Formats: sequence, structure tokens, C-alpha cells
Amino acid sequence: MIYARRIFTGLLATVPMALTYAVTSGAAAQTSAQTSTQAAAKPAHARDISIGLQAAITSMDPHYHNVGPNNSTLRHIFQPLVAPDENQKLTPALATSWRAIDDTTWEFKLRKNVRWHDGSAFTADDVAFTLKRVPNVPNSPSSFATFTKPIIDVKIVDPHTIIFKTAFPHPLLPSDLTAVAIISKAVGEKATTDDYNSGKAAIGTGPYKFVEYVANQRVVVKANYGYWGGEEPWDKVTFKMLTSPAARVAALLSGDVEMIETVPTADISQLEKNTKFALSNKVSNRVIYAHLNQHQDKAPVFLTDKAGKALEKNPLKDLRVRKALSMAINRDAIVSRVMEGRAVAASQLLADNFFGTSRKLKPAKFDPEGAKKLLAEAGYPNGFAMTIHGPNNRYINDAAIAQTIAQFYSRIGIEVKVDTMPSSVYFTRASKLEFSYMVLGWGTESGEQGSALRSLLATYDTTKGMGVTNRGRYSNPAFDKALGEALVTMDDKKRESMIQRAAEMAMEDVGLIPLHYEVSTWATTKALKYIPRTDQYTLAMNLKPAK
Amino acid sequence: MLSYTLRRLFQSGFVLLMMSFLVFVGVYAIGNPVELLINPQADDAERVRATIAMGLDKPFYAQYLAFLGTASTGDFGRSFVFNVPALSLILQKLPATIELALFAMMIAVVVGIPLGLIAGLKPDSFVGRAIMALSIIGFSLPTFWVGLVLIMFFSVHLGWLPSNGRGDTVDVLGIPVSFLTWDGLTHLFMPAFNLALFKLSLLIRLTRSGTREALLQDYVKFARAKGLSNTRVIGVHVLKNIMIPIVTVIGLEFGSVIAFAIVTETIFAWPGTGKLLIDSINQLDRPVIVAYLLVIVSLFIFINFLVDVVYSVLDPRVRLGAQSGGGH
Amino acid sequence: MNAAAWLKRATKSAPSFGGAPRIESPLQRFWSEFSESKLALIGLMLLTMIILIAIFAPLISPQNPYDLSQLDIMDSKLAPGEKSGAGHTHLLGTDDQGRDMLSAIFYGLRISLGVGVASTAFALAIGLFFGMIAAYFGGWIDTLIMRVVDIQLSFPAILIALILLAVLGQGADKIIVALITVQWAYYARTVRASALVEKQKEYIEAAKVLALSKTRILFRHMLPNCLPPLIVVATVQVAHAIALESTLSFLGLGLPITEPSLGLLISNGFTYLMSGKYWISFYPGLALLLTIMSINLVADQLRDVLNPRLKK
Repeated sequence: MIYARRIFTGLLATVPMALTYAVTSGAAAQTSAQTSTQAAAKPAHARDISIGLQAAITSMDPHYHNVGPNNSTLRHIFQPLVAPDENQKLTPALATSWRAIDDTTWEFKLRKNVRWHDGSAFTADDVAFTLKRVPNVPNSPSSFATFTKPIIDVKIVDPHTIIFKTAFPHPLLPSDLTAVAIISKAVGEKATTDDYNSGKAAIGTGPYKFVEYVANQRVVVKANYGYWGGEEPWDKVTFKMLTSPAARVAALLSGDVEMIETVPTADISQLEKNTKFALSNKVSNRVIYAHLNQHQDKAPVFLTDKAGKALEKNPLKDLRVRKALSMAINRDAIVSRVMEGRAVAASQLLADNFFGTSRKLKPAKFDPEGAKKLLAEAGYPNGFAMTIHGPNNRYINDAAIAQTIAQFYSRIGIEVKVDTMPSSVYFTRASKLEFSYMVLGWGTESGEQGSALRSLLATYDTTKGMGVTNRGRYSNPAFDKALGEALVTMDDKKRESMIQRAAEMAMEDVGLIPLHYEVSTWATTKALKYIPRTDQYTLAMNLKPAK
Repeated sequence: MLSYTLRRLFQSGFVLLMMSFLVFVGVYAIGNPVELLINPQADDAERVRATIAMGLDKPFYAQYLAFLGTASTGDFGRSFVFNVPALSLILQKLPATIELALFAMMIAVVVGIPLGLIAGLKPDSFVGRAIMALSIIGFSLPTFWVGLVLIMFFSVHLGWLPSNGRGDTVDVLGIPVSFLTWDGLTHLFMPAFNLALFKLSLLIRLTRSGTREALLQDYVKFARAKGLSNTRVIGVHVLKNIMIPIVTVIGLEFGSVIAFAIVTETIFAWPGTGKLLIDSINQLDRPVIVAYLLVIVSLFIFINFLVDVVYSVLDPRVRLGAQSGGGH
Repeated sequence: MNAAAWLKRATKSAPSFGGAPRIESPLQRFWSEFSESKLALIGLMLLTMIILIAIFAPLISPQNPYDLSQLDIMDSKLAPGEKSGAGHTHLLGTDDQGRDMLSAIFYGLRISLGVGVASTAFALAIGLFFGMIAAYFGGWIDTLIMRVVDIQLSFPAILIALILLAVLGQGADKIIVALITVQWAYYARTVRASALVEKQKEYIEAAKVLALSKTRILFRHMLPNCLPPLIVVATVQVAHAIALESTLSFLGLGLPITEPSLGLLISNGFTYLMSGKYWISFYPGLALLLTIMSINLVADQLRDVLNPRLKK
């Protein structure tokens, strides 16, 4: 026990030493921070702000990981040639104008008098370098090469004009380029992803400059006072990563942050009644739908008769059964009760007002009696047994949606089981075609329905890049032909009507069952207002003082 | 003593090897990381490139052997998600979690043992019974539920404490700690208390039962007969004898505190390894999961070793590494 | 103290005023000692009620919350006391899928209790066995078992559960397996610590001198004396198992969502705590609290009564 006492007194002695050291170094840190902020000039009205984000930002390298949250936050520092506005319509960013000279050649005119954050001038050399770098980022879990691949040749005409040649007619080139952030050749030539994360290479042309990045915790940026697009109302913006929905709402309520994205539907009615906060929302480009197993002709997985015996035929290959399954769902009930009004019943893959959506298509009418009749016609008067699969941590209220669908199906005589699982397990198994009825979501980044139709409904053919995420393996040759032609039509008007025809074909054939479009909701303090976006991005540039 | 330590070290190395293998197999069984990380609109060529970039195209044993090769030099690979060395990511976040766990343990010990003593000394009094009732409530409620209620009450309703994150930190010996600043303490208190609640209740109950038993033992009667003061009897003799099960529990529980910090860190957005682990599990970021487990296992092994050493100091009846019936 | 001596004491006649000596059976004596504590009696009553509810849930619930055809999404999130579209009054309200909270709690009690007790019982048995063997035989057996225990204790419960879920699928039995895997090592270590202390005591030496068989020494002499700390730990662990199951539900693993245990109900209602619809999480939480409290009140007194070291 003597030893213990000695150790204990020894420990006691170090405490006052540690405390003095801590206090003095803490004080020193504070004074140095103060002097550095005094050096930068800032307008009197600009102030600091904190925003709560839903997902972790995984890197400050704009070409490392093609995922929504990264793209959204990096938009503050880096900019593409063409930028989507809040309705995903293309607007000039680093390019002032663009046109297709012929089917496979594009000319982009670049903006003059733009400076990088380190002061050097922006020229076409930077664009050419960017396109070379994009496919060569080491260890990228999902690179941006898909967007730059169509460009097979780059020609610099002058420092502010650049010509791209594509391998085949690619009408969506400007749309694809909205995803590619332009980086500086001088800085980026020798920079690695680590250099971007530390800030050394995080030099962009955007309205904010890099200050700090702590992995899985926060990103801090500061206003770029020389920005070509004009002044921003905020000086320092701190993005806090608050992945737990409850923590995010609590942070807003307690004043730790002044805006949050992805407000949980459960809290929306409370926040609406609370006069200290304001909500803004907009229909997003994300549709929640169900993919149906259409590749197994007999004994489909997780589909049996009520006694548990395997089925001779796959009921999901019968159009009448698919129609019945779509009619049995009360979409309005899901929208009002499960999504608390934060959704819009869906008839196709993108909401109205997006390019390529057909006005002729309407959400399937809720008709359980009609559904039962159709099932009987198809040869299933007593229904069958089916398991619905879905994720439980990926889309808004995904598990609840799956359960509610199960309720509707049990009322038309189908014996339903629901199996939801974390996305880490779900997507792997879904892609291995282990399920028959899958609840899924899809956000169309291009804003055009053609790309969605291509990824989800075209016959699966990876060599041509068609149907890559067509987990139901729906295959309709007539639809493939119509879509294929539409995708290479350069004329916008013609292309739009062709996409609409193709969409009508697929939806009338119930290639998949569209459920609803997600509505994104942002919540701010009453003193601020957020201009909501269809691409679900949370940008400080869209946040303004409420006047 | 030396041979014992060497033996433990050898066994620990074996444990680490087993762990790494089990984790590899486990994460492999769950799913394919590429599926989770790849942008759904990417084409097939992109998927193939990503699979090769993460080394997932090789057969399982080749991946494991490659891992062992680099691990021996201290390189556990780069995180699939963040593309920084997995080990440095873990070590960066570890001080936050250890700080939280230590504070939680401290609260549990400093509050729990005295309360348990009181409850054991006066088991039939109102105070004694009240303490026991409160301890039952303490471990009946799930951590995440209590955490949210704490936030609702202290942050949202009263506005006294911040609802998430870690406060300002200062560097002590190069490691950032937050408890030495007032801001740091206000951020630390709720998550530490949330984490401590379960252990607190456990310690109260253990101390109480141990005290009640000890008070009936002969040595206590003898000490009292000798005329020793009550404080000395309880504070020195009783306390020392009930420490063994308590020390076991503290040692064991410290490990589980670090494990359970996962939920607390998620609710309070505390930037520690627990939160990192959950996110890594959800995204199948295998290098980070492996690095985390190896670091934590090493920590546990060290703690277990410490606990065994403390045993032999506290209870001369326990011999370290003794054979049955023999003695050193 | 072994069973023979205990029995002898138990049957010792109690003093009476004149007349023949009164003989109490062990059970009567046990009961009179147990009922000394009013709190324990309340706990016992509560526990009995809860167990009966769990057993007879299908007979006493207004609704079968696991039958999807009986649920209506339009009745979701009704406050306690509100009427559903069909005119039925929901005493405790409904949850976000339209399940009657009262029925859901009754059915949930079944699952939670079953999972908690089953996993604790099995984990206890396994841990007890290995812990005693490790302590008694020492040497490489001890080392091997304790290293396995180390590995076991280092795995976060969540990772084990995720792996098991991926490999085995969902279900109550898979959850029990996961909980057992997580808990047994804990018992093993505690038992080993106690057994190590007991091993050094004189009565074990005496037993060895008497050349009693190893099995006999282990199970008849060492085991009863290792039990008291274990009983404390086990009562806590039943609660822990139920809470762990609810945490796993919170993280999206575990029981199928259409057949929620108390834990799943609590985590489902978690999202509604701050939005004013407290009942979805609060009442299941209350039920959980009462269940665990009653288990422990009873177990507390049980332990005090059975503990040979507390005999005055």
C-alpha cells in the first residue's frame, strides 16, 4: 500500500503543473487566432455562421469521391464550367457560353478575369489539366471518370476558348460537366489527395476559401473577398457533420447551428409551429420506387404460394400482376402519414418540370378492389406469399415505407413478410439479385429523365453502360430502341419528346413501380432563409438573411 | 515476473492475429464495399477500376496476406472512404474517446462507490433504499434514450449545456484534451454522464452487496473489538476487501465503456473512434474497422494485464501465474 | 456451507411457547425470509403480472399488432385515448404504423423477456463452466480460455451482431445467439476471478486431501461459493441483454420490424420524442423499466436470502 500512496502523491503533484501549462498554452492559442482574423478585411455586415450537415464529407479533393455530400460542400471552394441552378437548369459558371458545333464537337467560351484563391489567373490550360487528372486519382472509391470519358480530344483555341471532341453524339455533355470541378494546373500538378485534405492544394475559384477540414467532424471555409460573382453575406462558414437526425435537430433547437439539412419528417410539424424557425422545401430529383424480379421465369426467390411451395411461373412477369401491385398502394396515405406531407406521389422517375417527364403519366390510382380482380384474372385469386426487402438506414423513412406497402398488399390477399436491413448488407445482396421485391431510391444527377431510364430500365448490358442499376432486369427491346435513339439526339426539343415517349412505354408496361418523389426540407432560424434546391445540395450561397 | 510478462506478450500477439483474421472474414461476409461507395450512375468500367483500386479483386487469402505484410511495418492500409492511413485516422480520434471513457469511469467510481457504501452500511434506511431504487433505474434505460432526454432537458429546454461536439482543446504532451478548458468541460459533461450511468448503477450495487457481506465477516468484528474507529474499519479494512470484485468490474467495464461509447458518440456527435467505427461498418470501410479493432484489442489486453497486477497487490491470496496448489 | 448443513439448519425447530416443537420446511423458511422485504414482495407481484401478460398476450390484447392486415396506416400516431377510424379507443395511442400501443407493448414484453432470459441463462451456463475450469485447472487450459475471453470481450457487440445478421439472417433466435456470444465471456472472467480466490482457501485444500473427485470439488464445493457475485452480475445482465437488444434495434439490426420487441418499439419512437408524440417511445420505455426493476427487486432479495455469507 506504501507504493500506492507514493504513486498517488506523485500524480497529485503533476496536476497543478499540467493545469498551468494548459492554461498558458490555451491563452497563447487564443491570442494568435485573434490577430489572424484582424488581418483580413471584411465588410461590417458579414458574419459567421454554422450549418449542420447530414452526412460526413470524406475528402477535400473534388475528384476523389463522387458522392452528393462531398460535391455539395466542395462547391463552395471549387467550381465547374457549367453549374445547375436551384431547379437543375444549366447556368454559366466558369464557362460563359457553350454550343455544339456539330454532333461530336463542342465549343466552350471561358469566363475572363477570374482569379484562383492564390491570385493566379484562370485559363483554358486549367480546364485541360483538370480533364487529364480526373480519371487518374489514386484509390478513388467512385471517381468522376464517367463524366470525362466521352471527351476523347481537347483543343485549346485561346486562353478563354476550348474545344471538346466526343466519341459519339453526347447531348448531355454540358450536364455531365456540372459534376467536374476545375482545379488549377499550377497547384494541382504535383498535388495528392492528402494535399487537398490539408488545404495546401485546396485552391479553387469559388466564393469561399478553405480554412480547415477535420475528417468526420467539420469543414470550415472563409469568404473569398475577390470572388468574381460578387459578395457573400457570410464571413466564416462552419459545416458540422451531425449524422444522427435527433442530434441535428437538437443542435438547431439549442442554437449550436443556424441551419440544418434533411430535417427528419417526425420533427417537421413541431418546427413549423415554432416561431423561432423557418422551413423551406422543394421536390428533389430523388424518386423512391420498387424494382420487381423479372428475370426468373420460374420459382422466383422469396415468392411462393401460401403453403410455401415454389411457384411454377413468376407472377411478376405478368403485366396484370404488376399493375395490381401498383394499384394496391395508397400513395396519398404514404405521403400524408408516413412522409408527413414531405413527398409527392410519383408516376415516373422524375417529378413534373424536369426535362423529359411526360404530362400524360399520372400516379396509379389507389384501387384495391381492381387490384384483387386483376390478380384473379392473372390466375392468383387467392394471392401468393411474398417477401418485401428494403434498407433501413438509407432513404427517408425507408423501413416505414416498406412496412406500409406490406399493409396494403396484405389487404389484397397477398401474404407479406418484410425484411429490412442496413444498406451495407442490402445493396450487396440486391445487386446479386437475391430479392424479388426491392424498395429503392434514385437521384437523377443530370436532371433529365433519359439518364434515369437508362440506368434503371434499359436492358442490362455493361459493355454499353446500359441498365447498370437495373436490379429487376426488366427488358423491353422496343423501349431499348426508343431510348437508345433519344440519348444520341442532339436537338433538345426532339430529344425531350423522344424521352417522354420512352418513359410512357416503360411506365405503361410497369417496368418498375414508382412510389413518390422525396421533398427535401431545410430548417433555418427565423432570421435566415434558404433557397431550396432540387439536387438536395446545401450551399451557403443559397442562404440569405431574411428581409 | 519477467517470464510471466513475456508469456502474456506472446499470447497477446496471438490474440491480435486471430482478431485480424476474424475481422477480415467478418467484413468480407457482410457485403461488398464497392456497392456502397460507388456512385450508382457509374458505369461498369468505373466499378472495375474502383474494385482494383481497393484491392478487392484479389482472392480473399491474397488480400489477407497482403494486409499482414504491410501491417508488420505499421501500415494498416488506407481508408476506402477517406483515403488517409487507417491507423492515423484511428489514433487521431482515439484521445477523444479515451477522454470520454475516463471521465465516465471517474464519475461512476467517484459517485458510485461512496453511494454503494452508504447503501451497504444502512441497507434498510430510506437513503439506502432510495439509492438502490435509483440505481435500478440507472441501468434499466437504454443509453441512447437517456442521451436524448438529457439533450432535450439540458440543451433544448434549459439551454445550459451544448448539445453536441467536443469543446475547445489544449495540447498536453502533443495530445489534444478538452477537459482543461471550461468550454471543453461543458461539452464533456453530458456524454460522460450518459455513458457513466450504467456503470454507476452497477458499481453502487456491487459495492453495496460487497459491503453488506464484509460487515458480517470476522475480521470486522475483530477490528471493532480492538477499538479501531468506524472510519478506519470501513475506510481501510472493509474497502480493501471488497475492492477485488469491484476492480474486476472496473477493468472489464472500461473496455465495455469504450465499446458502448459508440452509441453515445453518435447521439452527441462526439468526434471519437466509436462514431468512426459505426460509420465505417455502415460503409464497409474495412481498413478502418481492422485498425480500430486491433488498437482496441491491444488496449483491452493491456488493461486486463493491469487488472491482474492490481489483484495481486490487493489480495495476497492470489498468485500471478500460479499452478494449482503450488506457490512461488 | 454445503447442502447438508443448510438442510439441518433449516429443519431445526423454532422455539415455541410450551407444546411440541414446530418444524418448518425449507420452503417455508425461505419464504418467510424472502417476504421480510416489502419492496421485494411488490417486485414479485409486478414480475408475476408481467410474466402472465407475456404468456397470455394474444388473449388479452385488443389487437394483434403483428398481423399486417389488422393495421391501418391512416390510424397512425393517434394520441392516447383517441379513437381509430373503426371506432376503437386506443388507450395508449398508436405508433407510426398504426399499431395499438397497448397490444404492441404486451406482445413486445413476450419477445423482450424471452430474448433477455434465454440469452442470459445460456451465457451464464457457458461462462460459468469455462470460468471454473480455467481457474481450477490453471496452466495452458486457463491461458487458452482466457485468451479466447480476451478476444471475445474485445469485439464490440455491434460488429458481432452485424456479421451474424449478414451470415444468418434476421430473427429472434439469431439475436439470442448474438447476445450469448457477447455475454458469456463476461461471466467467465468474473467466475474465474472468484474461483481463483476460492481455490486458495482451506476448504478446497481439505477436499483435495480427502481425494474427492475433481468434478465433485468443482460442482459441489467451489460452485456454490462462486455464485453470489455471479447472481448480482446475472440480474444486471438480464437488464443489459434487453437493453442491448434495443440498442441493436436502434442501429437497425435484429428482429424483423413487423414484430417489434420493446426495444424496437423504443427505438422506433425515438425519432418522435422531440416532436411531441412522446407516447410512441415513452410507454414501451416505462414497460421496460418496470420489467427490469421488478426482476431486480426480486433478485436482490433472493440473493440476500441465499447468500451464506450474510447469515448472522
